[in-house]
Amino acid sequence: MRAAASMLPVPLSALPRGTRAVVSGVLDDTPVIDDALRSTVGQRLIELGFVSGVEVEVIEAMWPLGDPLAVRVRGSTFALRRREASAILVTLTHVPS
Amino acid sequence: MDTANRQLADLHIALVGVPNCGKTALFNRLTGSHQKVANYPGVTVERKEGRFRDRAGRQYRVLDLPGAYSLSPTTLDEAITRDVVLGRVAGETRPDVIVCVADATHMPLSLRLVLEVKRLGHPMVVALNRSDLARKRGFRLDVAKLATALGVPVIETVAIAPSGADALIERLGDFEAREPAPTDAVCDLAPDRAQTEHTQQLVPRILAEAGYREPARTRAAARADAILMHPAAGMLALGTVLFFVFQAVFSWAAYPMDLIEAGVGSFGAWVGRVLPAGALQSLLVDGVIAGVGSVIVFLPQILILFFFILVLEDSGYLPRAAYLLDRLMGGVGLSGRAFIPLLSSFACAIPGIMAARTIPSVRDRIATIMIAPLMTCSARLPVYALLIAAFIPATAIGPFNLQGLVLFALYAAGVLAALAVAWVMKRFLTKRSYHPLLLELPDYQWPDLRSLAVGLWERARIFLKRVGGIILSLMIVLWFLASYPAPPPGATGPAIEYSFAGMIGRALHVIFEPIGFNWQIAVALVPGLAAREVAVSALGTVYAMSATDTALESALLPVISTTWSLGTGLSLLAWYIFAPQCLSTLAVVKRETQSWRYPLIMAGYLFALAYLASFVTWRVTLALTT
Repeated sequence: MRAAASMLPVPLSALPRGTRAVVSGVLDDTPVIDDALRSTVGQRLIELGFVSGVEVEVIEAMWPLGDPLAVRVRGSTFALRRREASAILVTLTHVPS
Repeated sequence: MDTANRQLADLHIALVGVPNCGKTALFNRLTGSHQKVANYPGVTVERKEGRFRDRAGRQYRVLDLPGAYSLSPTTLDEAITRDVVLGRVAGETRPDVIVCVADATHMPLSLRLVLEVKRLGHPMVVALNRSDLARKRGFRLDVAKLATALGVPVIETVAIAPSGADALIERLGDFEAREPAPTDAVCDLAPDRAQTEHTQQLVPRILAEAGYREPARTRAAARADAILMHPAAGMLALGTVLFFVFQAVFSWAAYPMDLIEAGVGSFGAWVGRVLPAGALQSLLVDGVIAGVGSVIVFLPQILILFFFILVLEDSGYLPRAAYLLDRLMGGVGLSGRAFIPLLSSFACAIPGIMAARTIPSVRDRIATIMIAPLMTCSARLPVYALLIAAFIPATAIGPFNLQGLVLFALYAAGVLAALAVAWVMKRFLTKRSYHPLLLELPDYQWPDLRSLAVGLWERARIFLKRVGGIILSLMIVLWFLASYPAPPPGATGPAIEYSFAGMIGRALHVIFEPIGFNWQIAVALVPGLAAREVAVSALGTVYAMSATDTALESALLPVISTTWSLGTGLSLLAWYIFAPQCLSTLAVVKRETQSWRYPLIMAGYLFALAYLASFVTWRVTLALTT
């Protein structure tokens, strides 16, 4: 059951602390960071390394609502709020027992 | 013969790299103390330029560009980096060579930027920094193969080692200065998702060609994060760190402060003995030495506070504190990133307000700037220390001292007021818009002693310059106002009551009487408008001019505690939590926000809060004590 379910992409924000997953993509309709500079959250997430096939790990999540969370990607750690993390779709590879 | 005669022109190089890649350390290594810090024209982005010569005597000008993850900017800093690299900044020549600093401990992130810069087709070198550190963690990379795969030279650098940049300097010698490329020949770099994704697919391929092995996360780092970023343990650790810092500021500084105080006192006494009594002696002893001396004693506290802030900054801890506090601060409409500027504001609001530049969202940045002066800066300490010593008994309450508790309450009042103001701004004033956190949590590292020393020296210099400039001149003006005109013959009161300062004080007294201030305070607040700590020197001068005893420190305290009522003392304390008595702060706000609007609003709301708080304090104390 779990193996089948883990094949479906879920938002990174849904993962509990200690979970590892593989990025399957970043949503297109992400918030705009700066109108004048024409930058969006999605663009920046891709630049930071959240691209398909890359492994990520949720190493910490703040109480009470798991917001923000600290995510490790390609050897770097970033703090993301749930809202940014929900734009990153992942498939699970390792669930902590 | 030809080569000996050829005059090599100055080479203009620019350092580009992702934030936290060790770029500034490399800049310091290259240029040493030959640095110049200014702003780019029209924007509040710091421009750091330095110069050095190689062994052949050729001169290099180095620009340390702001850290940028990408040439598609999300912040002002990143926009400047892009514009300088493209030669789009007016008055800024396009660099001859771009040195792209790659962090060996964060290769994929760095390499993506390298590829982006390389697409510009500009002469460039990759400086592979921190490979020493990365190797200890299992990093492997064939530098020659990386250079081949990239098609640009790759030079290893160790920014923290004395000769760690020599190979880079030697390689730079091969480049020639060129005519600056015309700016219109430059491509537009609008964010392009497909392009970015394509570059990101190239990164692992190039790294594989170079035989890259990713450095492992150290066990110590993982363990530290498990504690320092844990929702409960991390908060506890943060509280402990902050408590320790403030404890150190007060206890470690006591001894050097006593020394400075004693030194100033005996110097004043010596000048008083050497010079004949008269206007000059009075100017030097009452005006200059008493005034400047009472401010300079705070140098140790300021340096200790900045020492901790610099250490926390260098160690990589501060972004983790921002992570922990993001949710909490989000409740009042601030970003977790605001923690760093606000912490600096406890030392001085000016570096704090400048540190707010690192907040990408304009709205968050303005909110942070507007509340920064409510953090109790070190300039308030002289005032608090004087008034607490005069009015609060040193009785023990449990394990605590009442004086210490009052001081803590004053700090807490500032923080609570700041949160309240931020909440009001979020609720009523600014349009709600969303800004992401996207904050990198860099690897922990030991602070570099060299840059620590440079940073502290910079702070000390700024403070002493302020003391020597604005504070010294204000003290001389105040001394003049307090000395002239001389009292009429047969006058019975102290001379100052007949002087200009006395007249000003009596005129202002109308405004300040309802909140319990006497005319001496009113006089002292006039120069104290320029800088908070001046009020203590000014009170010192005002009372010194009224008395015959010139030993200021021993005189001011008993005079205040006997002639002021408790209500007056408490009311002045309440005033100082809020009052925006620092022209430099307002000037920096003007510069940072590029408008008069925010400094005026800031001064207005802070004075209103100060008056209100003092009025309430005065009335309540009056009602309770009579």
